[in-house]
Amino acid sequence: MRLRLPERLSFVDLILWGLRVAIVVFVLVGSYATLSQGVLGFDGWRTLLIVGVAQGSIYALIALGYTLVYGVLFMINFAHGEVFMAGVFTAFFAATALADSGILNGNPLFGLAIIFAVSMVTSMVVAVILERVAYRPLRRAPRLVPLITAIGASLFLQYTFRSLYGSGVRSYPTIEILTGTFDIAGVPIQKTQVVVIVSAILLMVGLYFFVQRTRTGRAMRAVSEDKDVAAMMGINVDRVISTTFAIGGLLAGAAGILYVFLFNSVSFSMGFLPGIKAFTAAVLGGIGNIVGAMLGGLFLGVLESIGPFLFLDGLGVPSTNQLRDVVAFTLLVLVLIFRPYGILGRKE
Amino acid sequence: MTATEPRVEQPAAPQGHLLELENVNAYYGNIRALRGVSLYVDKGEVVTLIGSNGAGKSTTLRTISGVLKPRTGQVRLDGLRIDALPAHEIVKLGVAQAPEGRRIFSRMSVYENLLMGAFSRRGEKLDDDIARVFDLFPRLLERRTQQAGTMSGGEQQMLAMGRALMARPSILLLDEPSMGLSPILTEQIFDIITEINGQGTTVLLVEQNALMALNVAHRGYVLQTGKIILTDTAANLAANEQVRQAYLGEI
Ligand SMILES: Nc1ncnc2c1ncn2[C@@H]1O[C@H](COP(=O)(O)OP(=O)(O)OP(=O)(O)O)[C@@H](O)[C@H]1O
Ligand SMILES: [Mg+2]
Repeated sequence: MRLRLPERLSFVDLILWGLRVAIVVFVLVGSYATLSQGVLGFDGWRTLLIVGVAQGSIYALIALGYTLVYGVLFMINFAHGEVFMAGVFTAFFAATALADSGILNGNPLFGLAIIFAVSMVTSMVVAVILERVAYRPLRRAPRLVPLITAIGASLFLQYTFRSLYGSGVRSYPTIEILTGTFDIAGVPIQKTQVVVIVSAILLMVGLYFFVQRTRTGRAMRAVSEDKDVAAMMGINVDRVISTTFAIGGLLAGAAGILYVFLFNSVSFSMGFLPGIKAFTAAVLGGIGNIVGAMLGGLFLGVLESIGPFLFLDGLGVPSTNQLRDVVAFTLLVLVLIFRPYGILGRKE
Repeated sequence: MTATEPRVEQPAAPQGHLLELENVNAYYGNIRALRGVSLYVDKGEVVTLIGSNGAGKSTTLRTISGVLKPRTGQVRLDGLRIDALPAHEIVKLGVAQAPEGRRIFSRMSVYENLLMGAFSRRGEKLDDDIARVFDLFPRLLERRTQQAGTMSGGEQQMLAMGRALMARPSILLLDEPSMGLSPILTEQIFDIITEINGQGTTVLLVEQNALMALNVAHRGYVLQTGKIILTDTAANLAANEQVRQAYLGEI
């Protein structure tokens, strides 16, 4: 037994190394094949990159919710995708009402402000109630228990919103000031993409300063390091945890509106995929790591956008753009195998 | 020598003790960690709580700070019951603790750790307190912006004490401040305890290092398996046969 154990380990290592080499070879060969065929010019790649960054910044905003909650509670809030859905789905009704009354396109800034507010506040309230009702009573339970509860809460929220708002897919009204393109340094970029990227960056910078520089931000960091000692310092730990959920909810609610800028439609099940993708992004960046979640989201968005085409097109795989989810989940699996604590995460 | 104290007293006597525990029983699940602990600390005193590993010293301090709730018994501060208050309220009333094992916020800077210590004093000016801590521990001033987790054990202990002082406590609870420190540093830490006390802060000091603790303390309690078995002035305890055998390493 004593002698065989290392042998077995090195056998596993061998497989993992084989896998690493295979991935690198695959990526290099695929990329070389695609690039040498020259199907896509510089403009084409740039377009894919911008699409990826826009999508990735939405992942990043959602991923922050996972990572902030993990930071203080060491649990994955698998209902966070539904927190995201709840806001933007609710704001849909505000948006249609504003569009019908002509306010949305008459006074678009005011209209957008209301839509953002409705979505962010709804997501925030859902997140705070979720913590209060589903997670707080289980604070001292074994770690698997809140995880199962989170999955239950996710389904509960999906079907609650389905019965509230129906099971159909709804389309947001068009927002005229966001149609068309901006010319940025001679490059035409969709206005929606610009707005998405800029808003996401502003929110992330704001969050970073909030966490680093404010009293509440410091309290959040203290709670994430040591709850008992945080309480001894005078921090109301329960309130800080609530605040953390609230901030995650606000970001998810904003992400929801940015999401409809890009994809236009909402439904009760819309939170699932972005939720899982954002979770992937959070794991990629090292769960619990705020900057990691931001970079992880951006990286995943860009990889999803460029990856399938770059790696697969040259190998003759058809309609590569439908394989973005495959790329995302392959990445999740690989990260979990090779770096479960993420690219920027700490080994625990 | 008396065992536990058979004192009968009005709960909120005007000249009551600063801190008083009365018949406190505390549990971890079904394990009874404190068995009817009664003790008091008067304003201006340094009182030490000694006892061997697992005696319940840390548990006593955790109960005072409110991180652990006693199942029965009372904890009073200035005659006011605090045993049902949440921990974050208790520190606002003037009870600060430097817990066992330092437990500084390792991912924050030294300066941020000090700010956390004053979290309970919302909106107050902290310049004087920061200056006082840097005065007591010049090392911390040098390392003001360093990430706390990267400091040496001794520096971390200084930070833990400085952080607790930032709350401007009327009573400071210190849990084994000399743990893991070199003899020289231990000496320094005990000097600083005396200095802090001289500046008017009451101290309840938990120590394994009974000899040093009895040296700086006015009075002491001996805790054994969750019970106070002995209390006296520090000098008498240091001379006590039983204490010398059990805690001062004499045979
Ligand atoms: N979190 C806990 N869960 C269960 N039992 C605990 C817990 N913490 C302490 N105990 C038990 O309570 C008793 C008292 O522990 P405590 O930490 O108060 O001892 P101590 O006097 O501080 O010891 P030391 O000098 O080693 O720090 C011990 O028997 C210990 O095993
Ligand atoms: Mg202890």
